[in-house]
Amino acid sequence: MNSNTDTSFVKFEKIDKSYDGEILVVKNLNLDIAKGEFVTMLGPSGSGKTTTLMMLAGFETPTNGEIFLAGNPISKIPPYEREIGMVFQNYALFPHMTVQENLSFPLEVRKISKSDTKEKVQKALDMVELGEFGTRFPAQLSGGQQQRVALARALVFEPRLVLMDEPLGALDKNLREQMQYEIKHIHDRIGITVVYVTHDQSEALTMSNRIAVFNDGVVQQLSTPDILYEKPENSFVAQFIGENNRMTGTIKDMDDTYCNVELDNGAGNVKALKVNVGNSGEKTQLSVRPERVSLGSEGDGTNIFTGQVEELIYLGDHIRVRLDVCGNNEFIVKVPNEGSFDYKEGDSIKLNWNPDDIRALDI
Amino acid sequence: MPIGDMLLRSVDDGQINTVFPRTFEEYKKWDREKDELPPEIVYRTLFEELATGEKIQVGRALTRMNYSKSGWKSLIKKTSREIKKMTKKGEIPESYKDTLIQINKDWGDPTFWYSMAQMLNTKTPIYYWNAIDRTYDQDQNVIMQDEKRRIYVQTWLKTLKVSVYVTFFCLILGFPVAHLLANLPLRYSNLLMIFVLLPFWTSLLVRTTAWIVMLQQKGVINGVLVWLGILSDDGRIQMVYNETGTLIAMTQILLPFMILPLYSVMRVIPKSHMRAAQNLGAKPATAFLRVYLPQTIPGMSAGGLLVFVLAIGYFITPELVGGKDGKLIGSWIAYHLKTTLNWGLCAALGAILLGVMLIFYWLYNKIVGIDNIKLG
Repeated sequence: MNSNTDTSFVKFEKIDKSYDGEILVVKNLNLDIAKGEFVTMLGPSGSGKTTTLMMLAGFETPTNGEIFLAGNPISKIPPYEREIGMVFQNYALFPHMTVQENLSFPLEVRKISKSDTKEKVQKALDMVELGEFGTRFPAQLSGGQQQRVALARALVFEPRLVLMDEPLGALDKNLREQMQYEIKHIHDRIGITVVYVTHDQSEALTMSNRIAVFNDGVVQQLSTPDILYEKPENSFVAQFIGENNRMTGTIKDMDDTYCNVELDNGAGNVKALKVNVGNSGEKTQLSVRPERVSLGSEGDGTNIFTGQVEELIYLGDHIRVRLDVCGNNEFIVKVPNEGSFDYKEGDSIKLNWNPDDIRALDI
Repeated sequence: MPIGDMLLRSVDDGQINTVFPRTFEEYKKWDREKDELPPEIVYRTLFEELATGEKIQVGRALTRMNYSKSGWKSLIKKTSREIKKMTKKGEIPESYKDTLIQINKDWGDPTFWYSMAQMLNTKTPIYYWNAIDRTYDQDQNVIMQDEKRRIYVQTWLKTLKVSVYVTFFCLILGFPVAHLLANLPLRYSNLLMIFVLLPFWTSLLVRTTAWIVMLQQKGVINGVLVWLGILSDDGRIQMVYNETGTLIAMTQILLPFMILPLYSVMRVIPKSHMRAAQNLGAKPATAFLRVYLPQTIPGMSAGGLLVFVLAIGYFITPELVGGKDGKLIGSWIAYHLKTTLNWGLCAALGAILLGVMLIFYWLYNKIVGIDNIKLG
């Protein structure tokens, strides 16, 4: 079970967590994280992702189940002996210590010699490009710099893995994007295992090897970013990651791969990929990405519909068209800006999509 | 303004010069080097000024004269009675000197005359010397007071000691309470806050007398201890009307001044700091000492300074529960202000108190930095 510590360096096994003994915030969590992997726990607030992280860090104990780190159960090990680095939401830099002192703190409590400490601190500061800022206090640094100090502090004592709890939440958009790349590059460079928590899907998509989508204390889907985006397994994931057009209907018939769905408002039939549905006659939610819908009536002749242009938004590289299709007036199509788009609001447009691109999911 | 007035009064020595202006003028002309009595003219002016002097004015001057040498008051009083009698009868003495010595032989004692020299100037440091148990001898040298009159130095030391202890106990007791206040869920911390503030809003006098009820020998605490069999009935502890009582009552009364600044500082220390420290490998005790405690220094110093400054000038509580040996300097200031009317000494004691506080403030600023203070 625990023999392969490379593919399950961190292993959550049947973890339940409840704060009040009644409501489970984490339900039967099973999760394997490989060594060197960058895994993101993504989900709305209250979905249990931070609780999971805190259990891994040792600040919360699982109600049931066990967490293994490198094959050893760690539930009984106090946080200060776990050798797990962590970047906190608001950095938790110690305001009464300089940057250097903040960084040498974990080394000092490990009784590492002065000269080694100095060297390691300098190396860590150089890594985050703050070599010159060692003598400053955290309050004298910008948000982005504080963020980097927190990162350096979490790495300086060479922990077995690093946890990050929405570390970029307090930064403005540009800085956040820049830091995403920086963290990703540091991860690539030193190859440390990272468990990252965020509610920002683009952050998760940018940085992660794999993403665990949390909702209601349950991992909805654990996959690489591309699969998560292109092949969501249920309607929560489809909705939470990226944009998507939703339609509900009833399954009329199905074969091994596809199913025929009659839309609710009698607007027609849709041939869709069978992903997560029950039997014929049951309800389903269809999901298609805006960029997978093409204008015109070409294609293989299935799923051709007519829509009324409600709104046009010019975004430079593409034009965002909001249409009224099959009674859904929130239907979005992204049209690449190739210079030939000449529709106006109120026009009727033919549009179609491939049955492989529309997924029939649970409701 | 009141402080300036106090400082002026503490060195003011003009009362006598206004009562006996001519005597002093003649007195100054006298060459005091020789161990002799002053010349006839000094006796004469004194005689005349005593005969015409207003009673209230003279009375005030006498009080001052008595500070420089005890005995002045009764001497002048007796003498002026005699002089008034004589002037009523219209007698004019042949030799003023002999007459005065005849009225009271102390007029032949040069030490009285020498002590008058202290009062020549309109400014004097005498009150400050008195405030630290010193006085002048006849040659204007600063000497210790008589053994039995030395009370201030020991009171000063006791005041400092009590203040330091009270500050220390407040810190020891206030820190955990403030920590609880800052970290308990809102529901409980609000309740606890009320427990802190309720006594704070209660009258000082009520709380002090409540402590008397609690602590006295037939009081609640002794009663409970005897009832529990911890103390025998005649082994009741004397906890009030002494220094212990002062310490206990003052600590309780000043505790909120420690808790509130501490609380306001602790409340803004993010809880993630302790977690971060532990995550970085520090045991909880290390995390507390190296990460939490240093961040509470602004609160500790604000509370400490506040409690100390309040304690050093405290008056009502030590006066009521302190008994004889629990009295602090504030009690003496009040005593001289209301009973002996020695306002000069009051002002000097007050000025020294102010000085001590300023020294502590300065020290504090050197060590902690005044910018570090945080009251809320």
